[in-house]
Amino acid sequence: MTMVLDWSITAAQICLGLAMGCAAFRLLRGPRAQDRVVGFDSLYVNAMMLLLTFGILTGSTVYFEAALIIALLGFVSTTALAKFLLRGEVIE
Amino acid sequence: MNADSPGWTLMVVAVLLMIGAAVSLIGSLGLLRFQTFYERVHAPTLGTTVGIGCIVTASMIYFSATGTRLVLHELLILVFMAVTTPVTLMILVRAALLRDRSENAASGQESGR
Repeated sequence: MTMVLDWSITAAQICLGLAMGCAAFRLLRGPRAQDRVVGFDSLYVNAMMLLLTFGILTGSTVYFEAALIIALLGFVSTTALAKFLLRGEVIE
Repeated sequence: MNADSPGWTLMVVAVLLMIGAAVSLIGSLGLLRFQTFYERVHAPTLGTTVGIGCIVTASMIYFSATGTRLVLHELLILVFMAVTTPVTLMILVRAALLRDRSENAASGQESGR
């Protein structure tokens, strides 16, 4: 039964890697700045899910804390970028 | 891998992981394939709600089954993402609307891309 879990973890990692590739393409080749910000948002969310999957694979809880830190800092950075696009400056 | 964890728990973990990863891949493909920005914003929210929910639930079930006690601190990620994703995307779409309107006022032509 653990072999099923191992194969599903591998398949999930491949899917999440492809998703990160799509988001990175949108981050690099986005026609405008807001497309790049959406691509960055999707990129860090997929990276967080990849870290959680890696935590299940190794069985250690360190990766959960890394995923939590990515969630916190990613929210702040995306909001700061969106505010910059909205006003031209982050802190008014 | 703990040997005395029941088999159906690992099956549930495997199915939830596959569903979460597939849904987030579908969301990112939508981000890649849609044509205008306002369509593209919709796609990654699939990954941030259903994908995160499935993978976090799989992680909770796995660590609760292999450990000796109930592990619930993955709920922090779930609640945090559910709260913050609408906020960021709403600010971002407002910024895009403002930029499109200012460009339309400057050039006088429609630009949705």
